[in-house]
Amino acid sequence: MSDIARDGARAAGSVTVDSLGPQGMISVRAKMDDPALASALTELGGLSVPGPLSMSRSGEMAVLWMGPDEVMVLCAYNAAQLLSEKLSASLSGAHALAANVSDARAMFRLTGPENEVREALAKLTPADCAPDALPEGRVRRTRLAQVAGAIWIEEGAANVIAFRSGADYVFGLLKTAAADSARVGYF
Amino acid sequence: MLILECPYCGVKADETELHPGGEAHLTRFGPGSSDDAFESYLFMRANPKGVHFERWRHAHGCGKWFHAARCTVTLEVFGTYSAQTTEPPSDIIEKIAARRPGWAKESQA
Amino acid sequence: MSTRLAKGGRLIDRATTHRFTFNGRQMQGYAGDTLASALLAGDQMLVGRSFKYHRPRGIVASGAEEPNALVGLGSGNTFEPNQRVTVTELFDGLEAQSQNHWPSLEFDVGAINAKLSRFLPAGFYYKTFIHPRPFWKHVYEPFIRKSAGLGKAPDKEARDPDTYEHFYAHVDVLVIGGGVAGLQAAKVAAQSGGKVLLIEQNAHWGGRAPVDGGTVDGAEADAWVSATLEELEGMANVTLRARTMGAGLYDHGYATAYERVSDHAPGSDAPRHRLWRIRAGQIVTATGAIERPLSFAGNDIPGVMLASAARDFAVNYAVSPGDRTVVVTNNDDAYRTALALKSLGLSVPAVIDARANGGGALMAEAEAQGIRVLKGKGIAKVQGGARVTGVEICAQAGEGATQETIACDAVAMSGGWSPVVHLWSHIGGKLTWDETENFFRPDPERAPITHDGSAIVTAVGAANGHLGLSEIVSDATSGTTSALKRIGLSVDAAAPEASPRDEAPMEPVWLMPQGAKRALRAKAWLDFQNDVKVTDVQLAAQEGYVSVEHTKRYTTLGMATDQGKLSNINGLAILSQALGEGIPQVGTTTFRPPYTPISLASIAGEAKGELFQPIRRTALHSWHEENGAEWEPVGHWRRPFAYRKPGESTHDAVTRECVATRESLGLLDASTLGKILVKGPDAGRFMDMLYTNMMSSLKPGFCRYGLMCSENGFLMDDGVVARIDEDTFLCHTTTGGAERIHAHMEEWLQTEWWDWKVWVLNVTEQYTQIGVVGPKSRAVLEKLGTEGIGKDDLPFMRWIDGNVGGIPARIFRISFSGELSFEIAVAANRGRELWGKLIEAGQEFNVTPYGTEAMHVLRAEKGFIMIGEETDGTIIPQDLGLHWAISKKKEDYIGKRAQERSFMDNPERWQLVGLETTDGSKLPDGAYAVAPGNNANGQVNTQGRVTSSYHSAALGRPIAMGLVHNGPDRMGEVIEFAMTDGSRVPAKITGTIFFDPEGEKQNV
Repeated sequence: MSDIARDGARAAGSVTVDSLGPQGMISVRAKMDDPALASALTELGGLSVPGPLSMSRSGEMAVLWMGPDEVMVLCAYNAAQLLSEKLSASLSGAHALAANVSDARAMFRLTGPENEVREALAKLTPADCAPDALPEGRVRRTRLAQVAGAIWIEEGAANVIAFRSGADYVFGLLKTAAADSARVGYF
Repeated sequence: MLILECPYCGVKADETELHPGGEAHLTRFGPGSSDDAFESYLFMRANPKGVHFERWRHAHGCGKWFHAARCTVTLEVFGTYSAQTTEPPSDIIEKIAARRPGWAKESQA
Repeated sequence: MSTRLAKGGRLIDRATTHRFTFNGRQMQGYAGDTLASALLAGDQMLVGRSFKYHRPRGIVASGAEEPNALVGLGSGNTFEPNQRVTVTELFDGLEAQSQNHWPSLEFDVGAINAKLSRFLPAGFYYKTFIHPRPFWKHVYEPFIRKSAGLGKAPDKEARDPDTYEHFYAHVDVLVIGGGVAGLQAAKVAAQSGGKVLLIEQNAHWGGRAPVDGGTVDGAEADAWVSATLEELEGMANVTLRARTMGAGLYDHGYATAYERVSDHAPGSDAPRHRLWRIRAGQIVTATGAIERPLSFAGNDIPGVMLASAARDFAVNYAVSPGDRTVVVTNNDDAYRTALALKSLGLSVPAVIDARANGGGALMAEAEAQGIRVLKGKGIAKVQGGARVTGVEICAQAGEGATQETIACDAVAMSGGWSPVVHLWSHIGGKLTWDETENFFRPDPERAPITHDGSAIVTAVGAANGHLGLSEIVSDATSGTTSALKRIGLSVDAAAPEASPRDEAPMEPVWLMPQGAKRALRAKAWLDFQNDVKVTDVQLAAQEGYVSVEHTKRYTTLGMATDQGKLSNINGLAILSQALGEGIPQVGTTTFRPPYTPISLASIAGEAKGELFQPIRRTALHSWHEENGAEWEPVGHWRRPFAYRKPGESTHDAVTRECVATRESLGLLDASTLGKILVKGPDAGRFMDMLYTNMMSSLKPGFCRYGLMCSENGFLMDDGVVARIDEDTFLCHTTTGGAERIHAHMEEWLQTEWWDWKVWVLNVTEQYTQIGVVGPKSRAVLEKLGTEGIGKDDLPFMRWIDGNVGGIPARIFRISFSGELSFEIAVAANRGRELWGKLIEAGQEFNVTPYGTEAMHVLRAEKGFIMIGEETDGTIIPQDLGLHWAISKKKEDYIGKRAQERSFMDNPERWQLVGLETTDGSKLPDGAYAVAPGNNANGQVNTQGRVTSSYHSAALGRPIAMGLVHNGPDRMGEVIEFAMTDGSRVPAKITGTIFFDPEGEKQNV
């Protein structure tokens, strides 16, 4: 049995499920309206503070809104430690906490016909996965069967992040939900 | 299978994204308090057959605690509001009074 | 006999034959048949034996309400008992067996029960099997257990090979039921532009109308149904699902629906069942109505069926229920059956109409067709055993004296119709009794309500008490329009024209004949599946079970898998007559989801096998797996209990691990322990409230072992806290405590001390944390280039950041074993790499990975407590000799006030000590120490219990810790522990530190 969070994995089909391997992630706790947060993110890479349930992008980096006092910065894995230290330094005068959590999570991507991708997700979460409820760029923390996870659609593909310890479970969930033999024909 | 709207992220959360947290607006009693006050804080709960102010956490979501005013009999939800308050906001009290003539907050045991 | 007609059959495709077996008998049917219609086509009316009396039973209904025809389907891994033949779609190769008989369906020894029925009325088991007392265990219970139940359980070794799933759907309007009312409702809802989901439990659409006839919008019902379906299928905002049953309605517009995706196509890769979990803005129940039987003697003999079922089989499946079918009724609708059978060339010797004046237009039509109608008459009893052979006719107003006998082999009965109100009732919708139609229907004034107090369910059509096509279509239109308005959608829909209802009023006939004597009433069945008859309900009333809830449970009326679909109202009516009260006063029992049985597997969905629960694995999991790890569940985590080498027992492995760790070098995967960052100007203040210790005084670079109690004073977690910098603490928690303590911290910060400036972050999974333990621990780390960990450079209870094997790491000098020990935290993705380096570099030191059991033993040898071993939710630090961890300088912390209560500040509480058996045996965990005398309940007094017990390799004997009354003051005293076999084991009270009491091993 391999470590799919570290090494990646793929289940191919009409909808293909990939465990993407290490992704850079930095958790930041701060009040959303703290100007120090806005300037620290700008300094980091021209990023802006996203609105509720949204994400902002700048090149390879992105910021996901996790809650009214929490964001997650996505970046290159190898840059994460340095970037989190840089972020901590920028935030040092403010009441804030930035930490590299790149290894704490596993990230998955579902690619294929978008309606089938949404259907796969809709088997696992009580959150509405229809295009009008989960448009591109909406970040939804929710329940995926028996674990916590966050989902968002970007360029027609679904991205899923979950805790690393449950990587095999989540990959299994997604693979089963996306199986070619289990089309629902709803979306 | 309730739906409660999380006041922090705006999601109309399915009950399976939430964890219940019991009665809201309890006063904490600590060292120096009488046995009765402390016992009341730990164990005595209103348990009304009707309007209940309660705590919920958006556990599989933004993670925030919030309050809800809900009827324990009909499951009507009068509103959800911030956890950082010691009493329900006036607009929710007014809404309840309008929906439940004769109800008064003090009538809770 | 029942046969297949040469022509006709709306739903069958004669071009495709399906072969199947029933009790081994080869039979065949057509595509489109249900197993019921195919069995009847082959003259197999006898399909089972009743639950209690083992009476022969036949097919009674044509749909989900079937009470008798339950069979076991399939074999081996796919065997499934209690399947209703009326809703089982026929497929090629289907195997069915009837149930509840021995040795065979035709000759069943159990039929003796019917002969003894005088002694086996309702509730007989409350009054019998009592004496002689010893007989219960050895005679009665085994016999009852063997003869109880309906179907046969699958083999123990059978494993369901199919997959199941859930699907969450969010819609504006959910319409349940695909008959005319449902189709019209969906059409109206779709016009609004909202999202509509229309579900139908059968494989075919249209409900009753295509069989019963009539026109809608100028077209024959059948044609209107097809045209409407086509229209709906073309609309982007409408989803249609057949084979999907509305199973239950719940709070705030939540509904479950059960889709039988591939039951009709076994061998398909598709999931077998799908459970839809639906959120709807409004729900429309177009669930139709179910016909009621009439209660006359012998109404359960195979060949007696519902009048509507008889014509369903004839029209839909071209199956004649009998060569000569007598119709018996109290209403006009049953005449449709007489007319349908007649039009197919079948014989209808008579229609027995209980009403003195008979019926209206439909009766006139029947008489015009030459069908004989007897008015004011009833059936006194049915003749026949395993099949109807004739009926004896009497005056309905009399006591049952036979006036005439008519030979026949089928009886089509109708006692009226009952709207299907289950879903409406699931979430508290109330019913009203309709005096004219004699049924309960939804009370629109007391509809189920949703989160804002407004109505969420609208019943339409027959489900709402309308039995004529015109009323049905108009009701569906207006009801749906109102429903849409409640969610801010508007439509301007006009109801199409449809056939008006032209029927004379029905008359309630709750017993046939009205004054039937006891001998007849004892054979008039109410609940076919649970074998409850009219005399049973009358007996219940007589014995004082006057509440309908009590009568239900005493007689088991309505408690079978059909939830009383054919029996509830008839039984209720008998009860109300017995009590001399009106039916609405007596009331109904509660309808509960699911509407009809759904598979447990569909409820589980994907959660089976590997996905049964979210097993949590550390980054080192595969290494452990490949190296003989015996797994221990710790919550959802899997941790190695021990690593067994080939040929080693678990005990040997644990011993080897303990010895190696104390002698040279052990490695422990400690990744599962919680790691929580606490940061902010108020972090110290916050930490001081969470822990019993003073934490704010901890300096950067230092570590301190802390205890956490609940507000109720009890110990709930422990762990080492590291001060990272002025503003930042890193808290370690137990494995099981990680999420719980993180949530605990957030709860206090968000709901009580929200103005304190503290951020908390759970970083448990960011790190692989490895315990490097033993006399050679420093040596192996230095071999890997680690700097700054010399004896004076990194004293006990300090931490530094550094590199181990070139990997950035945080190094904690902490110990849970009493040995020289370091915990190394690295990014989880490099954990495997570090572990590999330690294994390689550690070879010369006999590096030995050790599991949780060895960890437990090592700490016990040093008297260290473990949450969950020494604590059980009722233990406070003072019980465990941990007074030193309780700060006396703090005015307040969580749990302080609680510990001031008299029962906690009490020297009588049992306290932690060590225990050493005098005979060298190992005390069982949890064993109680006995004290002289008995308590007020006659139980032996106790004075202590064992909290941890292990074999100690270091001492060469077992050790134990336990809580004992006045323990610390009784060193050396021998007390006795009770074993489960009644014997006693003596043990001496000792100190809790068994090994290296001076702590020298750590001081290096």
